Amino acid sequence: MEEELFTSGRNIPNIDPSLQIWHWPISLYLFLGGLAAGLLFFAAVSTVLKKDGETPAAVKYAVMIAPMALVVGLMALFYDLNHKIYFWRLYTTIRIESPMSWGAWVLLLTTPLSMLWVFSYWKELFPNMGLKFGFLDKFQAFLVKNRMNMAYALIPLSVVLGIYTGILLSAFNARPLWNNAILGPLFLVSGLSTAAATIILFSKSHSERSLFSKIDIGLIIIELALIVHMIMGYWAGSEVQLEAMQLLVNGEFTVMFFVFVVILGLLLPGLLEIMELRGYKVPVVVPAILILIGGLVFRFVMVEAGQLTRYLY
Amino acid sequence: MRYAMVIDTKKCVGCSDCVVACQTENNVPIGYCRDWITERVEGAYPNLELELRSERCNHCENAPCVRCCPTGASHIIDGGIVLVTPDECIGCGACIESCPYDARYQHPEGYVDKCTFCHHRLEKGQLPACVSVCPTKCMYFGDLDNPNSEVSQLLKERKHKTLAPEAGTKPQVYYLI
Repeated sequence: MEEELFTSGRNIPNIDPSLQIWHWPISLYLFLGGLAAGLLFFAAVSTVLKKDGETPAAVKYAVMIAPMALVVGLMALFYDLNHKIYFWRLYTTIRIESPMSWGAWVLLLTTPLSMLWVFSYWKELFPNMGLKFGFLDKFQAFLVKNRMNMAYALIPLSVVLGIYTGILLSAFNARPLWNNAILGPLFLVSGLSTAAATIILFSKSHSERSLFSKIDIGLIIIELALIVHMIMGYWAGSEVQLEAMQLLVNGEFTVMFFVFVVILGLLLPGLLEIMELRGYKVPVVVPAILILIGGLVFRFVMVEAGQLTRYLY
Repeated sequence: MRYAMVIDTKKCVGCSDCVVACQTENNVPIGYCRDWITERVEGAYPNLELELRSERCNHCENAPCVRCCPTGASHIIDGGIVLVTPDECIGCGACIESCPYDARYQHPEGYVDKCTFCHHRLEKGQLPACVSVCPTKCMYFGDLDNPNSEVSQLLKERKHKTLAPEAGTKPQVYYLI
């Protein structure tokens, strides 16, 4: 019988037998970054389309989560760095070829902008908490006047932020599971979908809820189609990609991926949202929470499974 | 100048002298290594074939680790040697994820570390530590841009391969087969 026996003398911590370089903080950050990108995108688009009156949750309330998510996400990223005191080196250079450099700079612009956006609604969000200093009042008035400009800046920034969370992984050709061109758009759509779910959770008006339910159903359909494309991409790929695909379709991560991401995270909430729009009594909290959990599990599955895939040995 | 290493798998006996020499020369922390031995047995008994390889960073011409580094800590110097500057490395791990050979690791002090082709020895006109100690003289080091160098001649005369060329990295460690 033909046999192949392979032994390696290497046994380096966190490298062998498989990579354990990126841990839960990265998965959490990819989820929070996508969520924040989606929330900022919807807030900005609603404002640019002058629909901010009809979508108060999108432009005012749910978007409060965005700066919080970004701050928590940045803390998670910082926590996962191994040479922390040199983190400022990210901001002494711009490296066009490095997705992480793009992400660092986009986050540097988007995080403060998201805070300014929320601050511009301070008086409406917290009517009882007056701004103590006159200059803060003036600053808020200045922000209100420039809200449209902020919205125009946030649309491209949030799209780049959302796509980059996927490209960060897909740019590594050494990890065949990550190395597919669809991952950027897939993470963007997933981020938008989790953001729509968050808006549904925050919204008090029926019309806004049903608007974002419809948007979310569309996003879920696109996301499912992109997942099919991703699997097809592996299927038509090289040997290493076929092996990587096995992790998702017939291996360690199959249950996590199909049960928690595809069925409980996309199909079921999509169905519940359709039923709710048709007039059935479905508490909207249920599909919204399912989508958020599904989005989070998806990031964990991709980060963990991707690091098991490699070229040699 | 294009430095390259040529390793004769027919002469290698897998003694790990290169591994120990590297660990000593470069003060590699205990439990880590910048080069290592792999062993592959292939065939149907009793017609088996053994291949021994001393592996390390391939100092790729198209180095994914250099491209994905967000700070420029990973860089290529004259001669095509891929290096990491510890004071610029933030320890994000992107280069480790990007390497098809998994040749990089996190140094316990936080930065990312790997084979340097012993460039500190090259500057003094010496060979890399692993090459200089090999008891079977199965490793060769030199300049591929010079057609008369030992490595160029060996690659001209002998059948050879690189590891995972399908990854598109253009590795510069060659194995004579």
